[in-house]
Amino acid sequence: MSKSVVIVGASMGGLRAAEALRNNGFAGRITMIGEEAHLPYNRPPLSKEVLAKEVTHEAVAFKLRAQVEDVTWHLGDSATSVDLDKKVVTTASGKSFEYDGLVIASGLRPRVLDLPNGKISGRHTVRTLDDAIGLRAELVPGAKVVVAGAGFIGCEVAATARGLGCEVTNVAIDPYPMIRPLGEQLAAELQRRHESHGVKFKLNHGISDLTGTEKISGVVLDSGEVIQADVLVEAISSHCNVEWLSETNLDISNGVLADAALRAVTTDGKSVDGVYVVGDLARFANPLFDNEPRRIEHWNIPTETGKRVGSVLSAYLADAENFAELVATPFMPLPSFWSDQYDMKIQGFGMPGLADRYELVAGELSDELVMGYFRGEILIGVVGIGMTSEVMKYRKELVS
Amino acid sequence: MISINVDMDKCQHYGQCVFEAPDIFKLNDNDKLEFVATADDSRRSDVESAVDVCPMQAISIVE
Repeated sequence: MSKSVVIVGASMGGLRAAEALRNNGFAGRITMIGEEAHLPYNRPPLSKEVLAKEVTHEAVAFKLRAQVEDVTWHLGDSATSVDLDKKVVTTASGKSFEYDGLVIASGLRPRVLDLPNGKISGRHTVRTLDDAIGLRAELVPGAKVVVAGAGFIGCEVAATARGLGCEVTNVAIDPYPMIRPLGEQLAAELQRRHESHGVKFKLNHGISDLTGTEKISGVVLDSGEVIQADVLVEAISSHCNVEWLSETNLDISNGVLADAALRAVTTDGKSVDGVYVVGDLARFANPLFDNEPRRIEHWNIPTETGKRVGSVLSAYLADAENFAELVATPFMPLPSFWSDQYDMKIQGFGMPGLADRYELVAGELSDELVMGYFRGEILIGVVGIGMTSEVMKYRKELVS
Repeated sequence: MISINVDMDKCQHYGQCVFEAPDIFKLNDNDKLEFVATADDSRRSDVESAVDVCPMQAISIVE
């Protein structure tokens, strides 16, 4: 009987894994289990175009290639448990799916603030298409919008909302927006640029409560100050969707620990054959940087890990001679990220957040620029605003 | 042969496609994307990789 693969998570990483299984010769059944009702779509536009225009699912959906035409989509249902010995996944609707290969691609969900007066309307997150469409309806000119969180998504939402004529205040516990990946100097400059577009910042502050009865009317900072608000967008951080793995012996202390072949690893350090991790959840060591396993929440990682898993898992399921060789091949994807804010095209590569120092390597701080990020003498990240060709020169250095 | 299309309304000239298929995509001296609109079938895999890495999802293979 032909073998089967179950992919838990029907988003970009799961889709890329399915394509790669087919591209590497796996012809058995593939079942994709997805919590959302939608076929896989691209999430970055959710904090930008989807908020600004009447964008439909079709406009952001990934094209389904011929290789994956025969995939079985089980959408609108979520995995609730898995028995790794019996090789069966069970879902919320009570269905069970047997597998020979399992791909864990269940991703993240936004963390929301736990507030005393939290059960009122006007609170939004931007993880799913339906989230973004719901938020779009409230981003009308003059609306008072508070964005909690000053990471890339929070800053993108702030920029988009300003473009739509909203009054925007960004509240974050960090001292500068986007400081963790970018460092203080560039982060302070980006704050200045946001302020020049009219965004107000309340940095070094948490949110302790909301005012309003049925609908939000204000946001209470930990200082006691109240900021008027019609809308609160929470872009603070994420939870890993690993609860369905809680009865296994997998290491789910932070995402799912994976070896270099992206096989899931148990709490006693053993790789589990046939069980693989893709995307934001995968905590793996990247030899481009060091031996420390990390989760990387950048957009190219679902694709890179999906391709890797498709290649290794198809060889495993075929008992292929090259399986051991594939497993032993180092996996070192270069993290890449980008962000559109106002007319700025921010593009980065590597792990700038690991740097112990940075320096401006091209351009001007107040204009287009390239910032290099170093650990000791070694370049480990580069971030540019514009200056694509210059950024690409440093990108080459990162992988050499 | 395969036909390649780039939606220039979407393209922001990030240049990530250039690393996947440098014979098909390049940034010119003004950092603007240029591309070859047709390629041999043997290039499909690399062009699909370019489609995958495009931040704006502006590239498509016209079937």
